[in-house]
Amino acid sequence: MTPTANARSTGGAGRAGARIDVRKTYKLAIGGAFPRSESARTYTVSDARGRFLANAAQASRKDARDAVSAASKALAGWSGATAYNRGQVLYRVAEVMEGRHAQFTDEVARAEGLTAARARATVDAAIDRWVWYAGWADKLAQVAGAANPVAGPYFNLSLPEPTGVVAILAPQASSLLGLVSVIAPVIVSGNTCVVVASQTRPLPAITLAEVLATSDVPGGVVNTLTGFTAELAPWLASHEDVAAIDLAGAAELGWADLEAAAAQTLTRVVRPGEGSDGAGDTEIGWAARPPGPHRALAFTETKTVWHPKGR
Amino acid sequence: MADRGALGRGALGRRARVRYRTEHGGFVGRRGPLDNPTNGGASYTRRMSLAVPSPGAVTTEVVLDRARELVAARRLDDAALRRWVHGLPGVDEVGADARAAALSTRSIKAASKAWALDLAVRMVDLTTLEGADTPGTVRTLCAKGLRPDPDDPACPPVAAICVYNDLVGVAREALGDSGIQVAAVTTAFPSGRASLAVKLADTTDAVLAGADEVDMVIDRGAFLSGRYAQVFEQIVAVREVCQQGVAAFGRPAHLKVILETGELAGYDQVRRASWLAMLAGADFIKTSTGKVSPAATLPVTLIMLEAVRDWFALTGEVIGVKPAGGIRTAKDALRHLVTVHETAGPDWLDPARFRFGASSLLNDLLRQRRRLRTGVYAGADYLTAS
Repeated sequence: MTPTANARSTGGAGRAGARIDVRKTYKLAIGGAFPRSESARTYTVSDARGRFLANAAQASRKDARDAVSAASKALAGWSGATAYNRGQVLYRVAEVMEGRHAQFTDEVARAEGLTAARARATVDAAIDRWVWYAGWADKLAQVAGAANPVAGPYFNLSLPEPTGVVAILAPQASSLLGLVSVIAPVIVSGNTCVVVASQTRPLPAITLAEVLATSDVPGGVVNTLTGFTAELAPWLASHEDVAAIDLAGAAELGWADLEAAAAQTLTRVVRPGEGSDGAGDTEIGWAARPPGPHRALAFTETKTVWHPKGR
Repeated sequence: MADRGALGRGALGRRARVRYRTEHGGFVGRRGPLDNPTNGGASYTRRMSLAVPSPGAVTTEVVLDRARELVAARRLDDAALRRWVHGLPGVDEVGADARAAALSTRSIKAASKAWALDLAVRMVDLTTLEGADTPGTVRTLCAKGLRPDPDDPACPPVAAICVYNDLVGVAREALGDSGIQVAAVTTAFPSGRASLAVKLADTTDAVLAGADEVDMVIDRGAFLSGRYAQVFEQIVAVREVCQQGVAAFGRPAHLKVILETGELAGYDQVRRASWLAMLAGADFIKTSTGKVSPAATLPVTLIMLEAVRDWFALTGEVIGVKPAGGIRTAKDALRHLVTVHETAGPDWLDPARFRFGASSLLNDLLRQRRRLRTGVYAGADYLTAS
């Protein structure tokens, strides 16, 4: 849009010193950077009443591939960080989200057609959810780990360890609370992830990516793609470097095919509806606090170590 | 690109060119491939095979005679060589960078990509040059080179295994008569800071242990301070040691000369070092040791490819190019192949004329091959460590 056209559209034409809107370009978030789609495609994002909101980047399979590479690269550092350190970093994310509360509220209200009060409550819940998972960082191993009795002069410990790169198809309806509820449990244990944001409500996801980029989360730990879930999901499900896939946002897709593709490369699968308390992919469905860290543990592997006792 | 290579600018002197032409059977046209765009690649290969004896079988005297003719001097001292290499036209740096960048944007589609990936695998000099190398790691690497992707019998083997010279015997034994070459780095690699006697002993060890190829480093200190004769003589001397392979194994060791372009300070110097190495009888010119950053970059490879192209037009002799270090992705490798095709011509798309010195590149090439074969993105966990 030329400056003149833009000025005219905001009713400022002809008035000296009239301010021209600075519109935001919504991009992807890959490896700590914010690139456009390599395909140069965008798609129109509308609010709940169908009015134009923005153009978002429409990621391609190559963007998905780059995102998985970035996540693989970030895996050693993030999974190698101490649980205590990860907890601190995640708590910091919640702090920075709090600072952007008004922006999130505005975006959630427009995307989901909520009243300001409802949107505010949703953002509160999303931040609280993040803090809740942050607290699990150094407790997962205590709760899910075990010292096992064995028939021999050995000592035997089981510990949950991150599984690797996790692909997440984010909930389609709940654009922030649902998103937070699927990202936080994946990264708290040390996994890195590639998130495909809600197809029709992607803007809060990009804002969350900006929060993550400015809050000590290493680049590549969370990579956010916007675009068509049905286009990206098969490439992520079949990717050999993806260790697990969360199909939360795939309820409307033929997710059985995705599960079959994932099985070809021994990828763990969490099906749609699992963990959203039976209420489905809605704001209410995601509003209930999970009864425990089950979602986090779904993306871990149990490592058992033996060592001699009493020496 | 503004820079049209060294030909046709009088770099070598008309007298030298004419004399060379009369003595060697008239295969050097005044019109090189650059001057005549219709001159296809295939025609000069045939002329080459008529004119030039098998590589390496040329004696030192022949190399020196030819050098004296080309330089047009009776003594190959610093002054004469300096006059000659400084007579080469300068490299248009901005032009070379822009040309390399333009060639990097070519899109290679599926069928061509599959062909190019296989070619790139066949061009890999699979390298391990670590202080921690053991006979075990070298044998593992040889097994990898023989069968890069055990899941796919159609996957070709690599060109060579490149090791330090004390491990040549291990690699030789592991590779047997598979046809994969053993390359050894010598001459006090990677710095080249040792006396000539030590460098020659280093090379002798490698050649007698059965190395098919010798990767020597030039003395960058001498080159940068203008002692071109010293650089030249060392290459000639190492080349002579390579000829001992004839007595021991019935073939001379193939000589690759590492210019270490990251230390040469400028593209002009890369061009000069390339010509100096070719003048001294190198079979291959190689960018880098891989121990210095920046290692192989596309513009540097481009300049070296221009050098071998122009050398071929001048003498009819085929010299290979080996970028080494820093090429880690299949994408990078394909960009290099495009540059080879567009600069030296399709004849150079051959492991005998172009190699990649690399270790991690191979796995990325294999991943892209798997991606084409299976239709899903391939993961690192499905390949052996390189």
